[in-house]
Amino acid sequence: MAVHTISFEPEDRYNAFLKVCATPTHGEGKLAGIAIAVKDNISTQGIETTCASKILKGYIPPYDAHAVGLVKSAGAGIAGKTNMDEFGMGTSTENSAFGPTLNPCDTGRVPGGSSGGSAAAVAAGMVRMALGTDTGGSIRCPAAFCGIVGLKPTYGRVSRNGLIAYANSLETIGPMAKNVADVSLLMSVIAGHDRKDTTSHDRPYNHIPSTDIKGLRIGIPREYFGKGVDPEVAATVHRAIGRLEELGGVTVPCSIPSMEYALAAYYVICTSEASSNLARFDGVRYGPAVDTKKSWHAAYQDIRKQGFGPEVRRRIMLGTFALSSGYYGKYYAKAQIARENVRKDFARLFSDVDVLCGPTMPTIAFKLGEKSDPLSMYLSDILTVPVNLAGIPAISVPCGKVQGMPVGLQIMGRPFEDERVIDAAYAYEQVAKP
Amino acid sequence: MVTEKDVEHIGELADIGIDGVELATFTGQFNAIVEYFDVLDRVQGEGAVTRDLYNVLREDVVEPSLSQDEALRNAGAQEDGFIKAPRVM
Amino acid sequence: MIDADIVVGLEVHCQLDTKSKLFCGCSTDYRNDGPNTHVCPVCLGLPGTMPVLNKRAIEYAMRVAKALNCTVIPESEFSRKNYFYPDLDKAYQITQYDKPLAEGGYVEIEGDDGKERKIQLTRIHVEEDPGRLVHMGNAERGRYSLVDYNRSGIPLIEIVSEPEMRSPKEARKFLNKLRATLEYLGVFDSEKEGSIRVDANISLRGSARVEIKNISSYKGVEKALTFEVTRQKNLIRRGLPVDRETRHYLEARGITQSARSKEQENDYRYFPEPDLRPLHVQSWLKDIELPELPDARRERFVQQYGCSLNHARTLTGELKMANFYEAVVAGDRNGLCNPAATWIADTLAGELNYRDMGIDSVDAKKFTGLLVLLRAGTITDKSGVEVLRVMLDERLKDEPVETPEAIVSRLNLAKTSGDDTALLGAIHEVITENPKAVEDYKTGKNGALNFLVGQTMKKTRGRADPGELNQLMVESLKSVEQ
Repeated sequence: MAVHTISFEPEDRYNAFLKVCATPTHGEGKLAGIAIAVKDNISTQGIETTCASKILKGYIPPYDAHAVGLVKSAGAGIAGKTNMDEFGMGTSTENSAFGPTLNPCDTGRVPGGSSGGSAAAVAAGMVRMALGTDTGGSIRCPAAFCGIVGLKPTYGRVSRNGLIAYANSLETIGPMAKNVADVSLLMSVIAGHDRKDTTSHDRPYNHIPSTDIKGLRIGIPREYFGKGVDPEVAATVHRAIGRLEELGGVTVPCSIPSMEYALAAYYVICTSEASSNLARFDGVRYGPAVDTKKSWHAAYQDIRKQGFGPEVRRRIMLGTFALSSGYYGKYYAKAQIARENVRKDFARLFSDVDVLCGPTMPTIAFKLGEKSDPLSMYLSDILTVPVNLAGIPAISVPCGKVQGMPVGLQIMGRPFEDERVIDAAYAYEQVAKP
Repeated sequence: MVTEKDVEHIGELADIGIDGVELATFTGQFNAIVEYFDVLDRVQGEGAVTRDLYNVLREDVVEPSLSQDEALRNAGAQEDGFIKAPRVM
Repeated sequence: MIDADIVVGLEVHCQLDTKSKLFCGCSTDYRNDGPNTHVCPVCLGLPGTMPVLNKRAIEYAMRVAKALNCTVIPESEFSRKNYFYPDLDKAYQITQYDKPLAEGGYVEIEGDDGKERKIQLTRIHVEEDPGRLVHMGNAERGRYSLVDYNRSGIPLIEIVSEPEMRSPKEARKFLNKLRATLEYLGVFDSEKEGSIRVDANISLRGSARVEIKNISSYKGVEKALTFEVTRQKNLIRRGLPVDRETRHYLEARGITQSARSKEQENDYRYFPEPDLRPLHVQSWLKDIELPELPDARRERFVQQYGCSLNHARTLTGELKMANFYEAVVAGDRNGLCNPAATWIADTLAGELNYRDMGIDSVDAKKFTGLLVLLRAGTITDKSGVEVLRVMLDERLKDEPVETPEAIVSRLNLAKTSGDDTALLGAIHEVITENPKAVEDYKTGKNGALNFLVGQTMKKTRGRADPGELNQLMVESLKSVEQ
């Protein structure tokens, strides 16, 4: 296979990249000649991968994530590793150990998180496409805040092998780009079965987006337009849904009662899994070297205190608590039941409608430093987490502006109907084009 | 109500190294979040979780391992091919 | 004697003899290779890696479940056991917690009272082995640990018994039976170092339960428990309480010692492993064909070969010994069954044990040859033992092993007959050298005859047939003048 090298020297005014690969090599294939930014929690062979954390500074994976391998086989070059909230824990990319990423639309505001770096890199035109990850909204939120397109695929449709785990049962790798067609193209490369990921399904994606959505039944959940959602954002999204109706979509009001506890269930589950996933960073096999002159527990505690930021340590504590003896039944077990209820709610709705629509985020991008209280930050995820709990596909596509900042329209679909979600987004995007 | 002592205990369980300075702040934030989790008490339903895949297995076939060099490459300290770690009691 | 006060339970961990590890493709054949040469991103716990379950490990575990009459759970799953230790690559061990592969079942042993008894099992499950820690350094230079992850991810089967054994001896029998069964099933190689690890629980009635962790030899289990019985009885006799605690067995000193508690009780925070899918393998049971198991083979040996029950028990107690026996009697069954049983179960076993050799090192054909010589009366039993020892020693020293015929010939071990003047000569020498004994014999002390025969056996290096020698001696003594 012929190999070409181009030079990549972006002017990164937004701290989107943690590492830039100056001469990414390209091959032949669907993505030939395209340089792709990769979120820094996705393993890239020979390229430092830190999850924006000090505890992985210097870690060089000896293998590529499955999705990265596919992207390279399709001819793309790896432009660099993008900034993120540490280990994916955050909604603003302010939790990075290497400084926040700035929103290209307004550098006084956050780009969203946790895939803020990837979103900013795309929004600023530094790269055409990027890989992000979505655990509770981490692709869709920054896509909405930065005014680009981001798809969270059906859980299991893209291999998680090589994705440095935060919450295994919730997260997925997904494509981000300025337009739906590019998102669809990147999805076609990364989707499919991987024998190294036993949670992956054999469902490749080979779809060309279509604008035909005549007869599409569109559910409008009242919880997505209720308390906590900025009225201007809500109005903008309503207008966008109106365009879908003009194209033949039929709206159906509906409700998701389990939204009441979806966020709590999400945070119990993701912190529990995270508390277990992050315990391996002990400085023995990789990462900054542990002090072998100390005793094990002292050294282990030290590394974790120095290496993890406060949000990560908070979530590890929450997860440890939720799984601990005496509390498992009250929190973790209950959260799983809650999750099952969310799944059932969506299944029930999807027997009547084909997609659900609503805002991606309850507000526009907030200012840097504005949300200092952890709980208020968690509450921003309220519209995105139900999707992860149910494992269904969802996309955010830009649908207007409020106070000069982008607003995202979120379209959610049945499991494995990523194609239909793409089509609805594409239809809107094409009709809304100026 | 989660007390500072509880948070200290959790910190020990998690081996996360909470010190006195952080303890008060952490405890306050912890309480707010855990209180928010209480909404889960209202959840009704059985534990049965929908599963879609079963018996996902691989054949017992040997695949190449890393070389010792590759295995040790990211390790902070090594000795005679072993990885060095702090002493355990 | 049954001590009704002792209650013992065992948790046995055996390495399953698969080619690759439980969750990755690394080879399990690590024992002769350098540290960290059988590892990959998965069993090293590198970030972003995921486990993929080895089908054969589950098949093997299912065989065990069927052989031990367990109930296979319709849906079993893997869980994470979270704790932090340098030999644990992911800071959690993937094991099975509330949904193990199988429950119930039993192992049949010969109780201390001689009666067959079923020791009930609680459960069987599959889990991964952690890596291996070596403790280094000293007080001056500073202590540290060295870790080898070759063992990380090796598949283990854990078999938990109900606390139904009544003595350290019964515990050993349970272990032996379990080991033999697993060998017969072809899922376990007991000769691999460290392939079995046992946690033992023991309590004396009315006293707290003590756990002894990580005993890594069969003999160690009986010794550790015996030591515990003594230790606890001493405490009780002195009116002191037995602490409920965890102890370690120190092999070299044969004692148990209180484990310095690392933390308070470990809260492992078990939850289902999200990267693995559940198992529905109950339906596999009916397709599993079990080979002949130890008890059935023991019965067959008694019926088919006329072995005594005791011999049959010993011979079938180890797969390789049972196979060896059948190989030996196969070629030449006529009259060999019984002597073979005695010679293998009693003599050979002892000689091998003494030399720390496995029965693998014995050539069945050559051994059969030895038995044939014995049956033909060519050599005495004593000479037979000598020939056996020569063959084993040659093998031990890596020298070519001679045939028994060659050894007999080389060492001149062929039985002397009455025509042999050398024998008569030896008798004559002994009579001459021991006038007191001759006198004793003449005065009716029969012990003197044995003494004189014994002296002659020494002179002829055991080559004389005892019966014949006795007769010749009596005749020779008759002709000695008073």
